[in-house]
Amino acid sequence: MTARPYNFAYLDEQTKRMIRRAILKAIAIPGYQVPFASREMPMPYGWGTGGVQLTASIIGPDDVLKVIDQGADDTTNAVSIRAFFAKTADVATTTDTTQATLNQTRHRVPETPLTADQILVYQVPIPEPLRFLEPRETETRTMHALAEYGVMHVKLYEDIARHGHIATTYAYPARVADRYIMDPSPIPKFDNPKLDDCPALQLFGAGREQRIYAIPPHTRVVSLDFEDHPFERTKFDAACEFCGAADSFLDEVVIDDKGGRMFVCSDTDYCQKRQEAQKKDAAE
Amino acid sequence: MNALHANELLRVEGLSKTFTLHLHGGARLPVLHGVSFTVAAGECVVLAGPSGVGKSSILKMALGNYLVGEGRILVADGERVIDLARADAREILDARRRIIGYVSQFLRVIPRIGAIDIVAAAAQESGLDRAAARERAASLLARLGLPERLWSLPPATFSGGEQQRVNIARGFAGRHRLLILDEPTASLDAANRQAVIDLIAERKARGTGFLATFHDEDVRLRVADRVVDVSRFSDREAA
Amino acid sequence: MTAPLLSAQGLCKRFGAIAACRDVSFELNEGEALTIVGESGSGKTTLLNLIGGALAADAGEVVYRLRDGTARALSSLTEAERRALMRTDWGFVHQDAARGLRMGVSAGGNIGERLMALGDRHYGRIRENALEWLARVEIAATRVDDPPTTYSGGMRQRLQIARNLVTRPRLVFMDEPTGGLDVSVQARLLDLMRGLIADMGLAVVLVTHDLAVARLLSHRMLVMKGGEVVESGLTDRVLDDPQAPYTQLLVSSVLAA
Repeated sequence: MTARPYNFAYLDEQTKRMIRRAILKAIAIPGYQVPFASREMPMPYGWGTGGVQLTASIIGPDDVLKVIDQGADDTTNAVSIRAFFAKTADVATTTDTTQATLNQTRHRVPETPLTADQILVYQVPIPEPLRFLEPRETETRTMHALAEYGVMHVKLYEDIARHGHIATTYAYPARVADRYIMDPSPIPKFDNPKLDDCPALQLFGAGREQRIYAIPPHTRVVSLDFEDHPFERTKFDAACEFCGAADSFLDEVVIDDKGGRMFVCSDTDYCQKRQEAQKKDAAE
Repeated sequence: MNALHANELLRVEGLSKTFTLHLHGGARLPVLHGVSFTVAAGECVVLAGPSGVGKSSILKMALGNYLVGEGRILVADGERVIDLARADAREILDARRRIIGYVSQFLRVIPRIGAIDIVAAAAQESGLDRAAARERAASLLARLGLPERLWSLPPATFSGGEQQRVNIARGFAGRHRLLILDEPTASLDAANRQAVIDLIAERKARGTGFLATFHDEDVRLRVADRVVDVSRFSDREAA
Repeated sequence: MTAPLLSAQGLCKRFGAIAACRDVSFELNEGEALTIVGESGSGKTTLLNLIGGALAADAGEVVYRLRDGTARALSSLTEAERRALMRTDWGFVHQDAARGLRMGVSAGGNIGERLMALGDRHYGRIRENALEWLARVEIAATRVDDPPTTYSGGMRQRLQIARNLVTRPRLVFMDEPTGGLDVSVQARLLDLMRGLIADMGLAVVLVTHDLAVARLLSHRMLVMKGGEVVESGLTDRVLDDPQAPYTQLLVSSVLAA
């Protein structure tokens, strides 16, 4: 085996320990943002350094890593990060959700349901759900400590007043284990129900903001709403152009200069598998 | 001894008042000393004397508006007797609400509230419900000859006489057992003065006691049961 | 008579060499309005902050009677209890409305926030409540979805009042609530406040340097100078028969229009 120029998975062992301690704290207090000493990574802030540090701290040589960016395995972010870990950890990588032990994601939850021996790592830009209304960190910490969350509903109220319905369509705030309110990262609200009672461990990392939080397996996660404006899953008017799925999150793709568009599954692996299955069925 | 005789509503004993003018080097201005008199239920006691002798000051002390120098001001409150000279702010506020009513010389104008609402508020404070209070206010204003078109207007633009009539209505709107009147008829014409005299007579018949000053000899003669000459308590010469 | 709602005992506060509050004591009963009057530097704002729990006193105590009747020293309240009190039983109207409002949130959201903080989860009801209160403070219902950045100064103050009163507090602190407003706007605001105080039986601690406002709104008055209470009593008594030299000076200095 050739000597690696980097420590396994890039980070030094002490840093990994520090991050693992933060992860354990986060698991012990579901939804609570644990501060951690975020390291400088060989990619700029805003490119997933939080998620990368989480993955780097928990990945082992026998892990199989999948990385998606907005649901796709083949976009820049996903490709770079997968290559990063292939180089620094020499781990196996995959695009198949069912094969991965470790899934790192930016802004989507895979359509394929996860299992108890999987971990999902989210990349988070702004971890603080109260930040938009309360700029002071000292104040938001106190609000979390005292569970003073009235202001979160003010935001939803504003949406309804302005748009007639809750207009937040991503980064939709949710209450974890009936205690902390968290920002689930900019995943579409379509994905929020997947967070609830998930068999897999879900970890959230914000590199620039230096926070880690977690949802332990089978934890109750409830998206905020009003009694007379209950949380509703997004419904699409179309089905996937390629695989015909009517129950997955669709990307809108502009196909020409005349405004032509088509809808395609955002989760490329999910779509691929469905297409393969359909081909197989057709062949039989 | 803090007792009042059976029918007494108010007893003033040995009342004295001196002003200290700190802005003029602490000059002391004695006004009155040893003032004593009583007011019984159903009677009207009028304070008389030359201008500046201190009649108004006595009224204001009875109301808690001026501090008392020396002496006692005993007021009947059902079974109890209160000494207003020693009462704290809360007790005085309570006494003003329930026992002692006041018609001041000048209406202190509250912006934006209509005349009838000012009077109705006073009636409500004494316990009447909204509708009854408004009726009472209307009937008082009518009796005092205030034109109906003025009722809903704030009194700021009224004439002196019109303002005074609102003042009087407000003072008579409640159910106070003791009413203090400070020159209530000063700006009124003969007809309205008569209305006031009638109102006083009616209330006296129902047991209300009055302590008042009247510039007008004529009115004084018609309503006063007793006249107290304040000049015999005056310190003005001595000063 | 019932026990006082708020009782300040021997309050002292120093800022370095400056004694901003020296041994101040008073009581406030339910439904009573008390004005603390004084010129700049008298200590009146410090006193207000001590009573409201925003500042910790160096000596002395403030005791408040909670809705369930128990008397609690403010210093014994936990942070959570104090904040809960500020959201329910107390109100605070700031001189600068921007400090007491969320300027980026609609009027309805501003008024509804306390209700939502207390667990109200029905949008329709919250909105109805907000509209009711807008009517009570004489703001047109059509403005319910506008943020206070689009409001005039007087409207902002009225919105601030609505935001504070929606939970029917028993005690409201007001710091120069009409300061800086046009005279006609002041008059309207004062009338509104007078009406609300009377209708809701609010206890009020009002800080102002304006004696006319004091006379209109309050039953009792404390006059402060150099951190001390130089005179106290019924508002009309203090203004009409001032005893202390400083009070006499204050009263004689007021210009009549």
